[in-house]
Amino acid sequence: MLSAIGKQVHVIWTQIVTLALVFSHMFRKKDTVEYPDVMPYMFPRWRGRIILTRDPDGEERCVACNLCAVACPVDCIALQKTEDENGRWYPEFFRINFSRCIMCGFCEEACPTHAIQLTPDFEMAEYVRQDMVWEKEHMLINGTGKYHDYNFYKVAGKSIGGKGKGEARNELPPVDRRSLLP
Amino acid sequence: MAKINVDGKVFEVDPNNNLLQEILSQQVDLPYFCWHPAMGSVGSCRQCAIIEYANDEDQRGRQVMACMTVPREGARYSIEKAAGFRAQAIESIMINHPHDCPVCEEGGECHLQDMTVMSGHTYRRYDGMKKTHNNQYLGPFIGHEMNRCITCYRCVRYYNDYAGGTDFGPQASHDNTYFGRFQEGPLESEFSGNLAEVCPTGVFTDKVFSKHYSRKWDLQTSPSVCAACGVGCNINPGERYGTLRRVVNRFNDEVNGYFICDKGRFGTGYVNSSERITVCMSRDTHDGRPVQIEADTARAQLKAMAGSAIGIGSPRASLEANFALRELVGADNFHAGVSDAEFGLLNQVLDIYSNRPVNIANIRDIENSDCIVILGEDVTNTAARLALALRQSVRNLGKEMAAKLKFPNWQDAAIRQLAMDRKSPLYIVSPHSTRLDDVAKTVHIASAADAARIGFAIANALDNSAPAVSDLSVDEKTLVDQIVADLKAARQPLVVSGTSLLEPALLNAAANIATALANGESRCNLALAVPEANSLGLMMLMQGSGNTLGKALGSGSKQAIVLENDLYRRAPARAVDSFLGGLDKLAVLDTLQNRTGEAANLVLPAGTFAESSGTFVNYEGRAQYFYSTFPAKAPILSSAKWLTEGKKTEEILAEVAASLPGGAILNKLTPGADFNFAGMRAPRQHHRYSGRTAMRANISVHEPKQEQDEDGIMNYSMEGVPPLKDATVFSSPWAPGWNSNQSLFKFETKVGGPLKQASHGVRLLDNSGAANTWYDATVTKASGDGFSVFPVYHLFGSEELTSRSPAIGEKATAAYVALNPADADKLGLAASDGVQVQHNGAVPVLLRNSIQPGTVGIPVGLDGLNFQDMTANVSLEKARDWQSPKGWRAANIIVSDRSMKKGEAN
Repeated sequence: MLSAIGKQVHVIWTQIVTLALVFSHMFRKKDTVEYPDVMPYMFPRWRGRIILTRDPDGEERCVACNLCAVACPVDCIALQKTEDENGRWYPEFFRINFSRCIMCGFCEEACPTHAIQLTPDFEMAEYVRQDMVWEKEHMLINGTGKYHDYNFYKVAGKSIGGKGKGEARNELPPVDRRSLLP
Repeated sequence: MAKINVDGKVFEVDPNNNLLQEILSQQVDLPYFCWHPAMGSVGSCRQCAIIEYANDEDQRGRQVMACMTVPREGARYSIEKAAGFRAQAIESIMINHPHDCPVCEEGGECHLQDMTVMSGHTYRRYDGMKKTHNNQYLGPFIGHEMNRCITCYRCVRYYNDYAGGTDFGPQASHDNTYFGRFQEGPLESEFSGNLAEVCPTGVFTDKVFSKHYSRKWDLQTSPSVCAACGVGCNINPGERYGTLRRVVNRFNDEVNGYFICDKGRFGTGYVNSSERITVCMSRDTHDGRPVQIEADTARAQLKAMAGSAIGIGSPRASLEANFALRELVGADNFHAGVSDAEFGLLNQVLDIYSNRPVNIANIRDIENSDCIVILGEDVTNTAARLALALRQSVRNLGKEMAAKLKFPNWQDAAIRQLAMDRKSPLYIVSPHSTRLDDVAKTVHIASAADAARIGFAIANALDNSAPAVSDLSVDEKTLVDQIVADLKAARQPLVVSGTSLLEPALLNAAANIATALANGESRCNLALAVPEANSLGLMMLMQGSGNTLGKALGSGSKQAIVLENDLYRRAPARAVDSFLGGLDKLAVLDTLQNRTGEAANLVLPAGTFAESSGTFVNYEGRAQYFYSTFPAKAPILSSAKWLTEGKKTEEILAEVAASLPGGAILNKLTPGADFNFAGMRAPRQHHRYSGRTAMRANISVHEPKQEQDEDGIMNYSMEGVPPLKDATVFSSPWAPGWNSNQSLFKFETKVGGPLKQASHGVRLLDNSGAANTWYDATVTKASGDGFSVFPVYHLFGSEELTSRSPAIGEKATAAYVALNPADADKLGLAASDGVQVQHNGAVPVLLRNSIQPGTVGIPVGLDGLNFQDMTANVSLEKARDWQSPKGWRAANIIVSDRSMKKGEAN
């Protein structure tokens, strides 16, 4: 009998505590923000809108190697390699179908030149799906993005305009093929 | 067979092969670089290291190179135990390798990448300085990036030892070793393209492909057959974004093995040409204004012509397309679209192959021959792949010498050392010097008629029941005696000839020699080169009818349907002009715009070999089916579909099979359109094919249904059973861990053996019951004033379609007249002069000592001269106000020009 009364008292007490807790939130800091009037803080490594970056010399970093395209699980990247007159590879076109993209970041991981990077921008909604197809000119920025120093062609053995054979990092001058000297 | 134990597994292997090859034949992975199935072993890269144990008690064993080891009966080997050594070896190989896989054309199909991963070298420890090398310009076909070299020497062994190149080689020493030309410039060999496939890394790459590059996994490929000459090499074309990107070799042990020629590899640029016919056009009169019409209207117009029109077939159209035209216009109205001279010659080839006791030689037969007589055919320029095989045949003497000393035949370097300059005898009788002269025992310069007389004399000397020829000169008699002696001593003789010199007696002479050498069951090999991909197929469809092109031109018919043919390349321009002028209605189905098409009232866009399926019959009468690589862009359709209102290609093939005598075997050519494996067909795309949801998103973000293929058993998608399982068709080699073309061994029944998934094609000609009969030894000698003309062929430029590919165009030369310097003196011509050819324009003159006085070589198919306008004899005179064409340099002409190097005129 006594325990039944005790139980009822407990039920009423917990309800009062709950109500007090709810009402106490009226005086606490708000968790929601007034988006878009107030913008949330996005972490730098958030995987959002994809950009193409330039190397420290201001040239396109993308060498059109196709690794992002093949890594993409939804196959939403298509590009075509072309070459300038000095042998530097770059994409003739570079297209991402963001209506398919799942922001997994595999493309960024696959990229050997740090060209393709995901940014903390998530505001990509469109009324028309066709507008979610982005070309190179929409994605290429005038900067290095998250990785400031890397310059693929300074490391790679292929010569391009402004960098001949033997001028990359850790390279000896080209050998003389007519010499038999040790 | 020997029983060996590899890491606890017991295999039955062939002790005549090296251990590496046998281990690979068992589908076991073992890394290697320098070994190549076609080129044997040299043991230079140290990658295939393996531990060999002396006996069951031996725990330590000793390390050997598998490619240099003979499998020992009962021996125990371990691949795993040598893994550490292999990892070290590849680490040192990789020390100087540049950091450039992303910008390397080989990336993704690189044997070096595969072997590095397989050997377990994943992290670079060396951080010292790297060697670098300057690159060379190697011509329009091959790119050079010397930094990537791992000095496996495969390029030298292929280019110099296998393909007979002389302008290329290793230079410098120790770790400075350099592979390139001695002087920068285009590679001379006609087989240079194979360097891109032979090189295990990206030193030599396909330059034409690089201009519109795509990774291997992004290419849509299908099993196809080269349409550039009569050999019918098997190829894998690759497509991306609607254009044909490249062609690589597709292994077929009976037709082309591991290699193809540069014309086949680089000559397909016309598929993407801006001169392609892409819409249906119609006009009322020949000179009226053409208007674009709908495909249905065009089809109705074509159909309305049936019954009253004559049809002209084509040796470069598929068997199905020619058959469809024959059905449409009726056999009586169907004419062969080849020159009248060629018509007779091709019929003769069919007659020889069907009714003479000869063995029609495939590539393996050619490579195994040990005495070869080439009668009047410049094989390198008319059937290039055969020339590469002939280069291998002369090595058989060395192999026999080695066998006597109990050397295994894969000891490549040792056999070359042993043989030195000794070669199996190869005789060339030809009106001009040829590219095979350097391996020939004797080169005899003679006109086609004289070559035929020599041939008849050989046959008569071998078998005196064969018809004899009289009045041989002393030189000719000596030659005949020499050839006869070598032929009699040979284990497997081979006679090579062909239609190119347009001399019927030459074919008869070749047939007589082969017949004379037939001895009961053992028959002599005979290879007769034919001009085009489906020359023999077209002639089989003629079924003995006499409907030549000349008959068509003189028929006075008012309507004509011309299938994939430029008549101006087949008959004199005046005859074609008057024929076309007399027509009320001319319908043309073709791929590229040409002179015949300009006169057409109705033009239908036809698909190239890459956009249509069908069958070609090659020089040995072998029918081979090719699958379309990518869907044709509407309204382009394969000719066969235009002519049959969209019948499936395989249905037409079945009809051909029913209509040809002995054609039933054609039904075995394909698995049948209804074939499937577990409900699935075979994919044309790699399972890593990328960009499917983005490649056409710029047009519409809504993806359409995959294009369906009604023909054959392949999908235009990545859906289906890949060839590694059981696809019954072989699209492109790939196996887990093996991304490069070296993965081929996973698809072969054994290394170098037939493919598990692919058909060899079927041989349509059966001469099993043929008895010894002889052709008459009559040779008609051309008479008349002026110079007697012989045709000269160019690998790059003589063929109609390939010559319109940009890369081939860069290699091709302008037309010329080739003369003996003595004749030039008589005409008052100097090397820099031009010469006026009767009825034709003026062209530069080319002086060669190797050309007989009184004869002139006229190139076929080159811009500036029409060979069809030549008569048997031409008159020449010095051109007035002559200016050499731009870029003309006589030294550029590769036409059979070995002699140039010996300091000849020019």
